[in-house]
Amino acid sequence: MVPLSWYIILSALTFSIGVFGFLARRNLIIVFLSIELMLNSVNISLIAFSHYLQSMRGQMLVFFIITVAAAEAAIGLAILIAFYKNNPTIKVDEINLLKG
Amino acid sequence: MKTANYLVEITMLMPELTMMFMALILLLLDLVVKKKEVLAGVGISGILVAIYGTYKLFVFTEPQSAFADMFVLDGYSNFFKLIFYFNIILTMLISLKYMSIEKASFGEYYALLLFSTTGMMIMASASDLITLYLGLELMALSTYILAGLLRKQPRSNEAALKYFFLGAFSSAFLLYGISLTYGLTGTTNLKGIAAALQTLNILESPVVFLGLIFLIAAFAFKVALAPFHMWAPDVYEGAPTSVTAFMSVGPKAAGFAVMGRVLFEAFGGMHLQWNSILIPLAIITMAVGSISALAQTNIKRMLAYSSIAHAGYMLLGVIAGTPGGLASMVNYLMIYMFMNIGAFAIVIMLRREGFQGENLDDYTGLAKSHPLASALMLIFMFSLTGIPPTAGFIGKFYVFMEAINAGYTYLAVIAVVFSVISAFFYLRVVMNMYMKDPKEEVTLTTTSSLNLALAITTVMVILIGVFPSFLLNLVRTSILG
Repeated sequence: MVPLSWYIILSALTFSIGVFGFLARRNLIIVFLSIELMLNSVNISLIAFSHYLQSMRGQMLVFFIITVAAAEAAIGLAILIAFYKNNPTIKVDEINLLKG
Repeated sequence: MKTANYLVEITMLMPELTMMFMALILLLLDLVVKKKEVLAGVGISGILVAIYGTYKLFVFTEPQSAFADMFVLDGYSNFFKLIFYFNIILTMLISLKYMSIEKASFGEYYALLLFSTTGMMIMASASDLITLYLGLELMALSTYILAGLLRKQPRSNEAALKYFFLGAFSSAFLLYGISLTYGLTGTTNLKGIAAALQTLNILESPVVFLGLIFLIAAFAFKVALAPFHMWAPDVYEGAPTSVTAFMSVGPKAAGFAVMGRVLFEAFGGMHLQWNSILIPLAIITMAVGSISALAQTNIKRMLAYSSIAHAGYMLLGVIAGTPGGLASMVNYLMIYMFMNIGAFAIVIMLRREGFQGENLDDYTGLAKSHPLASALMLIFMFSLTGIPPTAGFIGKFYVFMEAINAGYTYLAVIAVVFSVISAFFYLRVVMNMYMKDPKEEVTLTTTSSLNLALAITTVMVILIGVFPSFLLNLVRTSILG
């Protein structure tokens, strides 16, 4: 039997890796993947809590998160493609048209 | 578990369902209608039906909850819905001509505005963290697309990209906060969380505090509080101006709606803890917003920083932690909506084919050639500064008064100092218009719908400024009961 704390630590670690990736990586696709990693780390902790508490709410929320993440991925990649058509770069540092 | 009467419960969702239905109708009509202005008319008529629905539901004096306590209808949510209705109608009115000038007269634009507003309405009515998340995502995903609607313009692309990445990042934080809170309290229902925090006696638990920090960080992203404001100036500058007007009010109001509800209902017992986060946030926000705006040369960017500063003032109402404070925050949002959209309507008037009209220099000597438009801009700038007898003064006055009543006099003093600083950049626009000679002839793009929007906003700004009691009474009755 794996104790609850292991799942929570796993989820916290993955979330931190996601945050680090979001802040430190310079490639937009990797940054996007980091966001997905963060969302999935939340899913791990929600399912672990849900099982531990024997309540269905957490699992319900996980289904919603997966669905919304799919919609988010579609919209995000569409925005990325629209962006790429005008400025062919996926380096974060080169996206600096708006500043001040 | 008692069997719920879903037919009765679904009538409580009527305004949201109407908005959703209208959005789908607009998507279909878009295929056959060539003149996209017609779609705006259809959309506005749909919103009027939704307003009627909200008006019929307003008679409920007691808060009514539906769908296993996931959705609640009370004066608080209904008043926020009123703000969202005004917001979307005024946005549609100011965007008719503008979108065709930008060559982005898409039917989806109006449908997305409706979808986004539906998301905000769900957020205002959410009494469960799951509904809150779904409403927030519906609002955010639609707004990401709206920000990037001018897909031929690199600036708009970049705005959408930045908004999307930071928005998705913040919703991950929201979810982590939800998961921590759920793990400790065993429920996602706001009232359930409050009850569990009391019975389990974990108000002092550091993990609950951690969850609270994550939730507040996510809300702070949505309402653009410093230091989570970095996206706002870029996105406001790059997005189409009408969308900027929409975004600077709608998502901000929705963010404050959920912030108020979550903090007061779920974490009401942790007032000291959340204030220890919110007070520094409010001070930094007011400082960053007011001081950074001084250096801006682009008016949309300046208004973005001004909206950051205003979020700081509104936050004082939440910090006060009393129902009266909440009411003053809602009142401020209503007033801010009128004055901000009015200012953006003038910015839109300056835009014409081949002329951006976004620089502060473009306003030089405007009063000589267009005295009426300049006078209106003067009113909006005075109101944003908070000079009586405009509505902005009433908004600030009540927020500061509630903060002082709750014992946060030093915060009110800081806020007044920063609103004096903010007078510099608002009045610089006025000075440019009235005290300088025009460099080049500026022609304004006026349409009857834009004039109507300007008339509504001006009348409301003056009316609320001179006779504030009708709005204050409405706010009091809907929030304090």
